[in-house]
Amino acid sequence: MVQPDTTSPQSRPAATDNLVEIRDVHYSVGRRAIFSGLNLSIPRGRITAVMGPSGTGKTTLMRLITGQIRPDSGQILFDGTDVSQLSQRDLYRLRLRMGMLFQNGALLTDMDVFENVAFPLREHTDLPDELIRNIVLTKLQAVGLRGAASLTPPELSGGMARRVALARAMATDPEMLIYDEPFTGLDPISMGMIVRLVRQMNYALGITSIVVSHDVEELAILADQSYLIAGGKVVASGTFVELKDHPSEIVHQFMNGLADGPVAFHYSPAPDYFTQLLADDA
Amino acid sequence: MSNLRELFDNLREFVVAVGSVTMFMLRMLAHLPRAVARPKLIVEQIYNSGALSLVIIMICGVFIGAVVGLQGYEVLQRFGATDSLGVGAAFALLKELGPVVTALLFAGRAGTALASEIGLMRATDQLTAMEMMAVDPILRVAVPRFLGGAISLPLLAMIFIGIALYGVQLVAVQQLGVDAASFWSQMRAAVSLDDVTDGLVKSCVFGVLCSLIAVYEGYTAIPTAEGVGRATTRTVVISAVIVLMVNYMLSAVMLR
Repeated sequence: MVQPDTTSPQSRPAATDNLVEIRDVHYSVGRRAIFSGLNLSIPRGRITAVMGPSGTGKTTLMRLITGQIRPDSGQILFDGTDVSQLSQRDLYRLRLRMGMLFQNGALLTDMDVFENVAFPLREHTDLPDELIRNIVLTKLQAVGLRGAASLTPPELSGGMARRVALARAMATDPEMLIYDEPFTGLDPISMGMIVRLVRQMNYALGITSIVVSHDVEELAILADQSYLIAGGKVVASGTFVELKDHPSEIVHQFMNGLADGPVAFHYSPAPDYFTQLLADDA
Repeated sequence: MSNLRELFDNLREFVVAVGSVTMFMLRMLAHLPRAVARPKLIVEQIYNSGALSLVIIMICGVFIGAVVGLQGYEVLQRFGATDSLGVGAAFALLKELGPVVTALLFAGRAGTALASEIGLMRATDQLTAMEMMAVDPILRVAVPRFLGGAISLPLLAMIFIGIALYGVQLVAVQQLGVDAASFWSQMRAAVSLDDVTDGLVKSCVFGVLCSLIAVYEGYTAIPTAEGVGRATTRTVVISAVIVLMVNYMLSAVMLR
């Protein structure tokens, strides 16, 4: 279990209101409905986990919040502004207040680690090189990779790439950070590092954090509040303890990692096993 | 009936593709002033597309020149006109072979590199990450690469032509014994500035076309390994066909 070591819970900001509000969002791809009446709110200054079985649209939800895609109907409010109604220019302005950590880091491969972290600063500010250097080194120090400044992205391990991406996402001091599957494919040590960093960013800087994942154990350590999405809706929400004791079958199956339940082990369109085996025209 | 339908579908697909490329070009043009304000990015891309293609352009230039010299000599000696080899070679290289072969080589070397680089950036979420950092990838990635390619190709074509003429000379004068003085003096007398401009205009047009195709194919690639591979192949194939088609049209217009 990873403990916060440099920060104390007393320093956390109180959750006074919601930074993100999702109201009755419908979204479908072709004929397949991904969300049908999704309601969800992300409290300011807290860590919120968004969980769900694979294919429930967790990543789609992040893309909706960040305005990469627009919902068919409903509202997505970021600090009171409807993200889905913004022009590209306004959306880009709003995105300066958000940071996103991609599953694979999404570092720019034609730059080294230092330049990757400096990238948003060079693009959005006219700061002198000396100052940019100091900011970048500070951010890299925070993720423990000051020593890797001159490495290129292919030279980094998966965990390191994600930490560099975190330093880059932090470079412009956003209000909100979105972590898309931050633990997938990491060894326990790297995973522990990421868990510690997510907490640190939240505790020390009061950054609102959304962690999209299905790693129940890590989220149990991290999240102040969790949402479980299935079938296009929120099926359960609350603290981790509340979710563990939730009466719903799907929540029980997900939280305990059961192989069969509402999400069936056997993919449903298959005909009866014995009928199919004994059929003459097989 | 099904053939007719297929034909109709293909035609529709073609029109959609042309519209999509045009829209992409317009988006790039809208960002042009802001992109030009950051020349460092463009210079970097001139290096990537231009300087890194130099070796292949120069090697091919020598050999194309050499073969033009060889075949030209073979034909002209039947008429006792080998002294005019310089003129014929200069016209062939300046107006046709130079711009066209350079464009084909450019599509193969720089175009594929551009398409696969941008396609991989798309497949590895780098373009989305830029959008999330409020940086428009059209402005930051597409336009500098497009401009870098469009500027590089005419420069490469001029270098190619220069080297190819040296290749002609190498075979004709050094090897086959054509008189050096008449080779160069006839060439200088016959070739006018308009002929050079024709070649230059052609290679500028090819530069825009090849770079546009490469950047567009990369930018719209399906974000999978197969998708990036297909985008790279399409870049070469479409560039080659378009260059040869447009070359004929330009030649027809220029000869009027």
